[in-house]
Amino acid sequence: MKTIILIILGIVIAPVLGGLIAGLDRRVTARLQSRFGPPLLQPFYDVAKLFGKDKVVSNFWQVFCSWVYLIAAALSVGLLFAGSDLLLIFFVQAIGAVFLVMGGLSTPSPYSQVGSQRELIQVLTYEPLLILVFASIFMVTGSFRIDEILAYEQPLLIQLPLMFVVLGYALTIKLRKSPFDFSTSHHGHQELVKGMLTEFSGPYLGIIEIGHWYETIFILGICALFWHTSLVGCVLLIASTYFAELIIDNTMARMTWRWMLKYVWSIGLAMSFVNLIWLYAG
Amino acid sequence: MFKKFIENSRAKSPWIMHFDCGSCNGCDIEVLACLTPLYDVERFGVVNVGNPKHADVLLVTGTVNHRNAKVLRNIYDQMPDPKGVIAIGACGLSGGIFRECYNVLGGIDKVIPVDVYVPGCPAKPEAIIDGVVTALAKFEGLKG
Ligand code: SF4
Repeated sequence: MKTIILIILGIVIAPVLGGLIAGLDRRVTARLQSRFGPPLLQPFYDVAKLFGKDKVVSNFWQVFCSWVYLIAAALSVGLLFAGSDLLLIFFVQAIGAVFLVMGGLSTPSPYSQVGSQRELIQVLTYEPLLILVFASIFMVTGSFRIDEILAYEQPLLIQLPLMFVVLGYALTIKLRKSPFDFSTSHHGHQELVKGMLTEFSGPYLGIIEIGHWYETIFILGICALFWHTSLVGCVLLIASTYFAELIIDNTMARMTWRWMLKYVWSIGLAMSFVNLIWLYAG
Repeated sequence: MFKKFIENSRAKSPWIMHFDCGSCNGCDIEVLACLTPLYDVERFGVVNVGNPKHADVLLVTGTVNHRNAKVLRNIYDQMPDPKGVIAIGACGLSGGIFRECYNVLGGIDKVIPVDVYVPGCPAKPEAIIDGVVTALAKFEGLKG
């Protein structure tokens, strides 16, 4: 019973939080560029407006894939809140990511084709890193279950500092921020229009946006696991991580996917190995 | 209540798309100036998108000629309703200094219905922002 309540709570709270974070993101970005920036609730206005637009779809797959993406993202956040298994959560969120790519690939538009292929490469880049992070959490706490991880008496950050950086890479890719924003981005429309999301419009774009908020909360939730012992530390960790994310987004140029694959895999794997060896030797 | 929120949001988040129908680049630069920190139209939720399927407001600069009339029509048709069109500059309004050229059809409204006309050569950024706000009144009118 308690689990079900927690799942529902997670599914209801996460999009609200995610939307607020997105609004804060746009405001802070504007301040960094010495602009005033949109109101905090702007993402909610955007999504509400999208739901009020005409439904224009190229084929049935777009409708289906956007819904599967939303449901998978919501479910993974719900399971995270309910303290379920990390591996189960990982597979659920992977389904969402893959269906989004399929939705992009279902239309013949070259923009959405190229964008989807790039997104597929992005998924391939962060997925192994995410698994390594989960595996290292298992090696420290001896469990994949979140409720048992939360019972561990020390912050994980002490033993897994480099894994946290690796998770940061996954976060940057998942949020589609520079220098990894080439499948779809807020400002990169000179290159690929809107990449994978080019052919989605109206309510279905809104659905994907809500799914994206869920994913933000999902990855930030995983970040929170690294300092679960105190609430203040947890909030501090998330806030500073997201702020670092913003600074990176605003100071970096967009790179190519080849660079991303080389850079993220080599640095990410190296850091994971160093951390895991240190864990064993220590 | 939810319906009301959607209707209010329409006026709060107009995503603009800018199409250059062969202008001299004067008006285009003024449109882009609106997005710079000096005018910062993102305050009002305006985002410059490059995709007609995501856009709510179409800003057209320059004259329509026999070549690009088809393209303009195509872009307009790809935008989902409700949508607004703003013609910018003397060229967009009537053909401006190019109106007597043999290839020029005239203003934007020869091809697609225009909601707001923003005059000037080039149009001032303040006038363009004013035009977008006036176009939003059309969305407000949809409340009905
Ligand atoms: S109205 Fe003037 S500035 Fe604008 S496109 Fe025409 S000639 Fe150029």
